[in-house]
Amino acid sequence: MNDDSVFKALADSTRRLLLDRLYERDGRSLTELESDLEMTRFGVMKHLRVLEEAGLVVTRRSGREKLHYLNPVPIRLIHDRWIDKYTERRVSALADLKNELEDTA
Amino acid sequence: MTTMTATTTQVYQVFIKASPDQIWDAITKPEFTSRYFYGSLVDSTLAVGTPYRGWSPDRETLWVDGEVLDSDPPRRLSYTWRALYDEETAAEEPSRVSWEIEPQEGGVSKLTVVHDQLERAPKTAENVAGGWMYILSGLKTLLETGQPLNS
Repeated sequence: MNDDSVFKALADSTRRLLLDRLYERDGRSLTELESDLEMTRFGVMKHLRVLEEAGLVVTRRSGREKLHYLNPVPIRLIHDRWIDKYTERRVSALADLKNELEDTA
Repeated sequence: MTTMTATTTQVYQVFIKASPDQIWDAITKPEFTSRYFYGSLVDSTLAVGTPYRGWSPDRETLWVDGEVLDSDPPRRLSYTWRALYDEETAAEEPSRVSWEIEPQEGGVSKLTVVHDQLERAPKTAENVAGGWMYILSGLKTLLETGQPLNS
């Protein structure tokens, strides 16, 4: 599981839709997820596998059913390691600018 | 968030370059939890049936109260969870938190947190949803770099 597999998994509208479905209601079976999409069972399975390999979906057994859960941690990791890094610099640059302007005013 | 129905089971998973023993220590010792778990100090003998508690950084306020349900170091820890840091969540029925640690190849461990039995704790379910992400990200950073997140 690495950043590449997460970005790749997210670079597809059907897979993002599947994540949104799980966000609305977590812990769904393949049959439930399939009924929402105009796609073959095989197609949905294929997308779920990509999401699972990226760690964005985690499956747990509940009796005879395999339930799919949204795991947002990989997205959080990308946020903490990438997005934070750049937005922080921009925010601090603005803060520096503000200080400088206020000092010279 | 408004369309999100209250879920009764939440699952969070992360891969950490650390041994199961290191992860076990990080989730059961206050000197570690203080560095990634909102500064809280875990307080438990981990014996089944004994309390599992999380204190505020100054040890004055009890933030989380529970009871150890299952303890199998360094693989599995499960306890009940009542979040006392918020009036609404404190009034709800206890839910359950389970940590599962599975060693993988290459010195990596798979850590899964399952927060379930949230049927009678919808406010808690809402409250912890963002928290576990933050906690697991912080735990991973702490174990892999020796430094807390955003230090």
